[in-house]
Amino acid sequence: KDYVLLIADRKVAYSVVALKSDHDKIMHLDASKLFAIAGEGGDAVQFSEYVQKNLHLYNLKTGLPLSTKAAAHFTRNELATALRKGPFQVNALLGGVDHSGPSLYHLDYLGTLHKVNFGAQGYGGYFCYSILDRLWKPDMSLDEGVALMNTCIKEINSRFLVGGADFTIKVVTAEGIRVLDPVLASSA
Amino acid sequence: MAGKNCVGIASDRRYGQYQTTIATDAQKIWKIHDKLYIGLSGLATDVQTFIEKLKFRITLYQLREERDIKPSCFAQLVSTMLYEKRFGPYFVEPVIAGLEGPNNEPYLCAMDLLGCTSTAKGFVVGGTPSEQLYGV
Repeated sequence: KDYVLLIADRKVAYSVVALKSDHDKIMHLDASKLFAIAGEGGDAVQFSEYVQKNLHLYNLKTGLPLSTKAAAHFTRNELATALRKGPFQVNALLGGVDHSGPSLYHLDYLGTLHKVNFGAQGYGGYFCYSILDRLWKPDMSLDEGVALMNTCIKEINSRFLVGGADFTIKVVTAEGIRVLDPVLASSA
Repeated sequence: MAGKNCVGIASDRRYGQYQTTIATDAQKIWKIHDKLYIGLSGLATDVQTFIEKLKFRITLYQLREERDIKPSCFAQLVSTMLYEKRFGPYFVEPVIAGLEGPNNEPYLCAMDLLGCTSTAKGFVVGGTPSEQLYGV
């Protein structure tokens, strides 16, 4: 209704080895935007920091925060321009709350942008889209949203070959960004 | 397709990656002005990039010429923009539908990714199932 909820797993893998199991893949682009990134290690961090710094620069230059839609389109343009030069292998979900309410954007590494009510990147989609299709409805409360996310996490952890991972859960509301603890599964 | 002093343009609304459908509300047809529409299929990112560039060119045209662009002229613009990228093209297949002239003559045109125009009187098709659409 008035928030965007993003979750990401916390594992960093290097072929068959799990290098790290507490990596935060959801970057704070600014006080009201979250950027969940899936992709090649270096590209993911470099590109998301690049976007974050450019948004900050815009804020410093103009004194205005960018709307979520504008930030998403800026990011898309960077990806699309880089596509034919040296593409970033970064798939992302960009979620934010601004004057027009909450919005979520699905971005792939080619620079395809689409505004969605719910989305997934990577293998997560294979498991979660059907759950989200069935259970998502407009104007859900945060508690309902967190419960839905927990259902998705349970599915991934039970059926996905590389499941059993911890997840970062972050929510953006009009008040700002909050990190939720996946274990507690409440909105406190 | 064309009718008597009218044209219609239609597209699907699926945005998918291989077998997964990500969205069912994708926009693939854009209005250029009251009597001109363009439909773009192909690689989604190039569709979005190309329509951004096209809107830019049309806005400039509108400001400079202070009138709406003619469909045949617009088709030439699209064709030129695509051919400029001859050796690194935009993977899009445009379909243009409009009404031209004081008598509102239907103008229909389809293009390949390099900008080769094919104008037709009755109907034009584009996209993955274009061959099947010819049959229909």
